[in-house]
Order: sequence, then C-alpha cells, then structure tokens
Amino acid sequence: MTTDLTQFGDRATSTSKAGVPASDKPWIKWLLIGIAILYLVLVLFIPALNVFVQAFSQGVGPFFHNLVEQDFLFAVKLTLIIALIAVPLNTVFGLCAAWAIARHQFPGRTLLLSIIDIPFAISPVVAGLMIVLLYGRNGWFGPFLQANDIKIIFAVPGMVLATAFVTMPFVAREVIPVLEEAGVDQEEAARTLGANDWQIFWRVTLPNIRWGLLYGLILTNARAMGEFGAVSVVSGNIAGKTQTLPLFVEEAYKQYQTPSAYSAAVLLAGLAVVTLILKEILERKTRIKDAAE
Amino acid sequence: MAASPSAVPNSKSDSQSFWYRLTHLSTPWKVTWVYLSLMLFVPVIAMMLRASTVGPAKFWEIATSEIALSTYNVTFLTSLVAAAINGVFGTLIAWVLVRYEFPGKRIIDAAVDLPFALPTSVAGLTLATVYSDNGWIGSLFAPFGIKIAFTRLGLGVAMIFISLPFVVRTLQPVLQEMEKEVEESAWCLGASAWQTFWRVILPPLVPPILTGVALGFSRAVGEYGSTVIIAGNVPFQDLIAPVLIFQRLEQYDYAGATVIGTVLLLISLVMLLVINVLQAWGRRYDH
Repeated sequence: MTTDLTQFGDRATSTSKAGVPASDKPWIKWLLIGIAILYLVLVLFIPALNVFVQAFSQGVGPFFHNLVEQDFLFAVKLTLIIALIAVPLNTVFGLCAAWAIARHQFPGRTLLLSIIDIPFAISPVVAGLMIVLLYGRNGWFGPFLQANDIKIIFAVPGMVLATAFVTMPFVAREVIPVLEEAGVDQEEAARTLGANDWQIFWRVTLPNIRWGLLYGLILTNARAMGEFGAVSVVSGNIAGKTQTLPLFVEEAYKQYQTPSAYSAAVLLAGLAVVTLILKEILERKTRIKDAAE
Repeated sequence: MAASPSAVPNSKSDSQSFWYRLTHLSTPWKVTWVYLSLMLFVPVIAMMLRASTVGPAKFWEIATSEIALSTYNVTFLTSLVAAAINGVFGTLIAWVLVRYEFPGKRIIDAAVDLPFALPTSVAGLTLATVYSDNGWIGSLFAPFGIKIAFTRLGLGVAMIFISLPFVVRTLQPVLQEMEKEVEESAWCLGASAWQTFWRVILPPLVPPILTGVALGFSRAVGEYGSTVIIAGNVPFQDLIAPVLIFQRLEQYDYAGATVIGTVLLLISLVMLLVINVLQAWGRRYDH
C-alpha cells in the first residue's frame, strides 16, 4: 500500500504517450495549456521569481552586507547543525523500517506503513506542542530534566527532536519501493556464498538501493533545513541562540527588515532549487535503472 | 542487514511463539520500534493523556469555545476551497503535462514540486509581498477594493500554493498508465469526444483526484509557516487553528493548547484514514 502524503517521489516518466489524441482540436490543446500555465504563473512562478528580484533589487552589495550579519551567520550555522543531526538519525531509522517492511510479510504491515506516515499528516504546530508537553517545564519528563539541569525546550535538542519528527517518513518511503523491486535473490545468493549480514548489506543491498536512499536523504535534508512550524514552537526564537534560517526570515519580516528577510530567503530558495534539480537527476537515474532491469 | 536468519520472522508461519519472536527481534526491527516509540507513540500518547486530564466537560467547553469554533471555520473551510480549486486546476495541469507536448514542459513539470521544496516561511514571505496592495499581483486587485494579503483571501492563496502539487502528482502516473486503446475503442464505437471524456476517461480518475484533494486539504489544515505570515491573524476573521494553538502556548495556557491540538490531531488521523480508503478505492481500477 502506498499512502503517499507527499507524492514528491512517485512520479513516472513524463515523456511517454506523447502525441495529441486524434479528437483533440489544436485550439483546445492550446487553450488548456494556456490556462494551466497562467495558473502556475500566478500561484507559483511569480512568487518564486519575486524572492530573487527582491533579494537583489538594490544590487548585490546590500545583499552581501546582510549576509555577514552576526545573527544571520548564527542562524545558518544552527540550521546546518540541526540538519546534520536529524538527517542521519532518520536515515538509520528509515533504512531499518524500510528493511523491516519490505522484506517481511506480517499481519498489520499496512498499518505500520500508515503509522510511519503519521508525521506527515500531523500539523507541524501540533508536533511542536507534543514535544513541549513531553520535555517542557510542565511536561512528563520536565521535573527529571530540571533536576538534572538538562534543557531541551527553548534549546537545540528540542529543535532537533522537532525536525526529526517532521522529516521521519521520507527515507523509509523512498527506500521501501526500491527495496521491494530489488528483491531478495541477490541477498540470498550472497548468503549462500557465505557473506555475513554486514557484508550483504554493504556489498549487495546498499548498491541496489543507493539512488532511492539518496533521494530520500535529499528530501529529508530539504525539509529539515526549511522546517518552520514545529521548530518555531519549541525554539523560543531567540536571535543568536535558537534561531534557524526559516525563523530568521519570519522575524526579520516582522521587524520590517524586509531586505534582511529576503537575503536569507534567497538562500533557502536556492536550496529548494538545488533540491529540485537533484531530484530530477535522481529520478532519471532510478528510471534508467528500472528500464535496464 | 544485521539479522540472523533464525530471528527473522518468516512469512511462512513458523512454529516460534509470539513471545519468542518479540524477544528475539533482529536489530533493524529493534531500531524501528524503539525510534517509533520514542519519537511518535510517546508524544502522541502524552498529548492524549494530557488532554484527558482536562476532563470531558472542560474539554468540550474549550474545544467548542467561540474562538475555537471560528478558527475551525476559517481553517477547514478555506483549506477545503483551496484544495477544491487545486482539484480542478491540478487535474488540468496533470492532463496537459501527460497528454501534450509544448516548449518548456520539462521545466514546468519539475517546478510543480516547488511548494514541497521551498521552506514555508519563504513561501509566506514572498506571497505576502506579491499579493499585498502594492505587490505585483495584489496591486492589480487593489483598485477594485479587493485586499488579498492579510485577509482570508491571502490565507487561501497560501493554502493553494502549498497544496498545489498533491493532485498533479497523484494523478500523473494514473493518466500515464491509462490505456489509450480504451479511448480509441470508444471513438470507434461512435462516442463523441465529450462522451468519451465523461464515460471513459473520467471515472478511473475520480479516486486519484479525490485522493489528491484530500492530501492537499490535510496539508492545508495543518499548515503554519506560510499562513501565519500572509494572514492578518485577526480573531474571528483570519485566525487559523494552528496559530491559535501557538498563541495559547505563548500564554502558558497548556490546557487550551492541548485541547485544540488534540482536536487537530484527531482530524489529521481521520484524514489519514480517509486517504487510505480513497487509495484502496483507486486500486480497484488496477489490472
């Protein structure tokens, strides 16, 4: 069962079945294309273009000036640190969950797949709230944490937890189909030849799933660096202390420092563009592999 | 992966007892369950238990207070409209991308995923600028007295933006796999283009369209980053439920935040169920 909350990944080729159906008159074709493009321009392209125009509207000088601000540099650093912890955590979990689900038939398998999707369905604010209710001062673990002088809420650990929560399903979702497709034959052959579990994983399984895994990693990373809602609930949003890049964007905008906001926004938009390009490349890679097999 | 063959619960119903299997799980299984428990089950259960300590009467009072009801109205109605609009235009976009060739198609196809990749605060920032009274698009509406940014209309625009890819991406593979022969035989039997569309093409597309709309709706209901920036967040006008939760937390009103959070959580879980059912319905057409 594929419960795709983000159909970010599962997309078949877009070039097949070209050619206009005999009954479609050319003017219908161009009318439909026109409406589709107009809609995308209004909702998607103009806002996307606006980020870049605003960021460089006063030239490159002020842009770079904004980029060397102390709070901004800290936000960049914090965003990277959080992604650097949350992404590997979810990769290990994603690989384990994918193997468990793709390699076994058991009752409740579909249920487990849906459970893994839950973080996508939950509002980021609710995700943040749940973490506050657990680790906050009045939370379940609050007294214990306070007694041991451990700070999680309004600190980096809470932000990592929030980020890990919202990005949890990506790797598992992308790896499961690839793992299912690859099948067990090669792994069994390796085992027959005397390979141990680690050898099988490194030499046989991993090469088979590498593009799917990379794809999942990229999506996890993009969301981890861009997450706003969940992180914002648990962070307290203190500049220079618990402010990530997306939080910096909102804060600067609210303080009427729109140029600063756009300088940071253009970095994040650049990340989004790179993500889309890598995604496109990886999609072709997996497709070529599928076709060859 | 690191699993000894003896511990792997095999698909062939093995003679090992349930408890034996539970205590002899392989490492990946252990990691999966421990991580899921710590990250997902414990927080969800903690929130539910916390909400239950409020007491049913008080829970109902907070969950149906005037301000809460108005945020549900704003959140769900606007999300539904946004998802429905994307249902129509998303179908059109998917159709155009699968059936026609035109210059720039590949770029447009790739760009549809932009709302997934673009951080929500950036989306909110740029939408608020573009649709404000002196923005590129907002200034076209301002002379007619239509304000978009900082009103419910702006909220709708943000929700349309973030839920745009769902219908397109759900529908695209289905359209691609559709057998051209079925359509052609309909024409051969004398059906008009219109009849072919309504009787042959559309029925198998209904489940994926509805799935996409449900996915988009579910995302729009929970959305925070882009909506909080473009909305004015005025109570009873364009204040949405996630923002209300945030405000309650800021006022240290944990009971209020928890109750409304639980309501949203339950609705998310129901939506997840609905989406599963819709997808199962869609597979009816698989051969």
